[in-house]
This record gives sequence, structure tokens and C-alpha cells, in this order.
Amino acid sequence: MKPLAPISNAARIMLGILFFVLFFAAWGYVTFGGYVSKTFLADPLTMVQEGWLLLTKHGFLFDIAITIWRVVGGFVLAALIAVPLGILMGAYKPIEAFLEPFVSFARYLPASAFIPLLILWAGIGEMQKLLVIFIGSFFQLVLMVAVAVAGVRRDLVEAALTLGARDRGILARVLIPAAAPDIAEILRLVLGWAWTYVIVAELIGSSSGIGHMIIDSQALLATGQIIFGIIVIGVIGLISDFLFKWANRRLFPWSLA
Amino acid sequence: MSKLAIENVSRIFPGVRGGTPTRALEPTNLAVADNDFVTILGPSGCGKSTLLRLIAGLDQPSTGRILLNGAQVSGPGADRGMVFQSYTLFPWLTVADNVAFGLREKGVAREQRDAVVRDWLGRIGLTGFEHHYPKQLSGGMQQRTAIARALANDPAILLLDEPFGALDNQTRALMQELLLGIWERERKTVLFVTHDIEEAIFLASRVVVMSARPGRIKAEVPIDLPHPRHYTIKTSPEFSALKARLTEEIRAEAVLASQGR
Repeated sequence: MKPLAPISNAARIMLGILFFVLFFAAWGYVTFGGYVSKTFLADPLTMVQEGWLLLTKHGFLFDIAITIWRVVGGFVLAALIAVPLGILMGAYKPIEAFLEPFVSFARYLPASAFIPLLILWAGIGEMQKLLVIFIGSFFQLVLMVAVAVAGVRRDLVEAALTLGARDRGILARVLIPAAAPDIAEILRLVLGWAWTYVIVAELIGSSSGIGHMIIDSQALLATGQIIFGIIVIGVIGLISDFLFKWANRRLFPWSLA
Repeated sequence: MSKLAIENVSRIFPGVRGGTPTRALEPTNLAVADNDFVTILGPSGCGKSTLLRLIAGLDQPSTGRILLNGAQVSGPGADRGMVFQSYTLFPWLTVADNVAFGLREKGVAREQRDAVVRDWLGRIGLTGFEHHYPKQLSGGMQQRTAIARALANDPAILLLDEPFGALDNQTRALMQELLLGIWERERKTVLFVTHDIEEAIFLASRVVVMSARPGRIKAEVPIDLPHPRHYTIKTSPEFSALKARLTEEIRAEAVLASQGR
């Protein structure tokens, strides 16, 4: 192995799969080999069987759908407000000076700690779940988008100025397009974090969703179901990540060309 | 009346954290006539780029004023086109859209824009590259596009800040001929900053030599070589004499600059 030396596509895929194989092999070894009690960790086969039962008999697909809807709903709400606000903060220093200190503070408020308060305010319905996601992603998005916009190359802005662009033109036709790939990347990243918030929100006071299934399974000592739920979350995350990357490649061919 | 008048313009950058202020540009006077091609020659750190940025309106002078066609410059505008040393094409726009950028900002109609773009791409030899993104172009092609982008806007004066500084020698020579060819046809007023003596002589009708920190104009040398100029002129005795003279002028400054005075 040489530092930074590229590898072939086939080798990359093979190595990626190899880790999954090793992971499941190690898991199978400790469970089938009896090194870990079945009460605490189900073996891979039991996990798959229980997962199949969940999907076919217990309407787990509905839980998955409701969880996706909560994440996407809360995240889209947050992004709709956070992205424009972040762009304004990045572009206009007075707005940044006004909002940045508070947003930096609010960003460290853990979304999960708001859950008891949000239950008091909004009950245990959908609104409360959406609010948890919203709080968890909004402040992060604002700050990161602001940094991306403020970091646009100064010489591009200057070039536009010497071509006669005015304030609006600089914002709409230089800062926003220049920061767009970074903003898309930020959305991808924060959506990943939103997934952790939704599960926490569903673990506390919920009657549906993947998190609800996981907490139910805990009461039944059904570790296979818990692991299946966790893996489903991982797979959905992987898919959304892939979709985002694919969309970014389509939307911003110039940043990769 | 001169096209561009620089009257007592200086620039002092405030000291960082109570340090001594940097005198980047001593009070400077310079007049550029219409259709003139002036090169500003000087070692790095002599304030030549600062002067160009002040003219472009990207920076404000500490004293003095800059007049373009009799009107005082107060900020950047489309009447002063600029080409930078760094590659500043908008990476998200195609070559054609880059060249059309200024016209779009002005609100020029699409058909008219397309015609101007086609014309300029032809003149810089990039016909067929309309739909390429800047990343797909070589450095020389990018700077050619940047020149076309500035000129498509039809500015009163074209400012170039070491535009060929990052290019290899062969490409640089070709770019100089291209730019000179454009100037010989268009007779734009051009102000060109460089630290390359040959480049300064080959392009200019007048070379302004600047001294090292604090930056100020040290000498003005008229270049009476005939137009149109061919690259072979670079080996002529007249050219060599000018080069020898400017080398002396600049060498003393480079020595001072390297001593960090």
C-alpha cells in the first residue's frame, strides 16, 4: 500500500463488501458459538426471521413509512427556513452579527432534552416529533449554510463586481450558485443527524415508528427485532445518502467535471 | 483630456493589532490617454496590484482621487473590466454563459447576448467550447475566456492584473500576441500589470516602472516599436536596448525589495 495511491473500482467494491462479510461472520461466530447469551444478542438468522415476521405479520412497513415521513417532514420544514436564513447570514455581516451568537448557543441545546418540554407543549402527536427533528437540524443547518456562503471565493465576487453586478446579482448569481454544492452536502449530512433524533423521539412517548418498535421489543427481550430495526435505519440512511449523492452529481456537474 | 487620471492616490493599510501601518502606495499621479496601452512594471510588493484594485474600485484610496472620463471612481462598475491573475471564471457557468455574464447583469436581450458571445469566442479561438465548463479548460483557455468576458461588456478601460502570471512560457507568449492583436484592432484603453520585463515592452506603448515598498512610480518609458508587432520583434536591437534599460531600473528595486526594506 502506498499513501494516496488510487485503487480500481472492482477492488473498492470487493473491499467494501468484505467488511460486511467479516462483520456478519464475527457476529455469527459469537452467537452460534454460544459465547454470548441469546437473551442479550440474537444470532443473524434469528434476526432475519424476526425481521421477516415484523414485516409480514406486524405491519412494520407502516412503522418504517411513518418514521420516514417524520424525518423528511421535520427536516424539510427546517431546511425551508434555515437555508434562506443561512444564506442571508453568510452574505450580510449585520445579519450574521445579529443572529450568529444566538444560533451558536442554540446549536448546543440537545434536541433530545427538549422532548419532555415538547410533549408538554405539543402532546405526543406528530407535531411533537416534527418539532424534535426541526430543533435538532434547524440551528445546525443555519450555521453551516452561513459558513458555506461566507466562504465563497472572494475573487469570484470581485470579478462579478467588475462585470457590473450589483448587490442582488452578487447574491443570486454568484454567492448562491457558488455555495450550492456545499449546501447540498450540508443537507445530506444533517439529514443523517435527523435520523438519530427521530428514533430518540419515538423511543419516548410514541405509538408507531421504528423507535416505538424497538422499545416494544426491549420489553419482549426480542433482541433480533431491535437489531433488525437498527439495520433498517442504517439501510434507509444508506439509500438516502446514495440518492443525495446521485442528485448532487446531476445538479452540479461543474463541481466534479 | 486623458481617459484615466490618477491624482495623488495613495493607499495605507492600517497596522494589524497596533502594528505600524503599511504604506502600500505612495501618493501617485498617472494619466492614461484614450486608446493607450500602458503596462505597469514592478517587483512583487511594489503596490502595482493595489493601484489596479483602486482603479477597479475594489479598494478605496487613502488619499487622492481617480477619474475615468472625468467622473470620480467610487466603487466597482462595468465601465472598468478586469482580468485577474487567479482563474476567476464562474465554475458553475459554461464558457458562453461566463462571457455573457456582464451583458446579463446589464439586462441585454438573449439574442443580442448570444451574438456578442459568438463573436468573442471566435476572436479568442474558442468556438466549439461554448458548452464547456471552466474546469474542462486549460489555464490559457480560461484566461482567454476571462479576457473575452471582460471585453464583451465593452468597458471604457480594461485592467489586467498579471493575467498570464500562472501560465507556462509558450502559452504566455501566445496569449500576449492574442491580446495585442485584439488591442491593435479594437484600440481599447488598457492598463496591464506585470513583473515580466519582456511582456511589459512587447505589449505596451508606454511602460510605467514602479519602485518597491513604499510603492511609487519611478520612471515612465515610452515604447515606440511599430504596430502591428510580431513576436520576432523580441529579438530586435531596439527591443534589447529597452530591455536592458528596464532591467537596470527594475533590478535596483528588486534588490531593495528582497532586503525587505
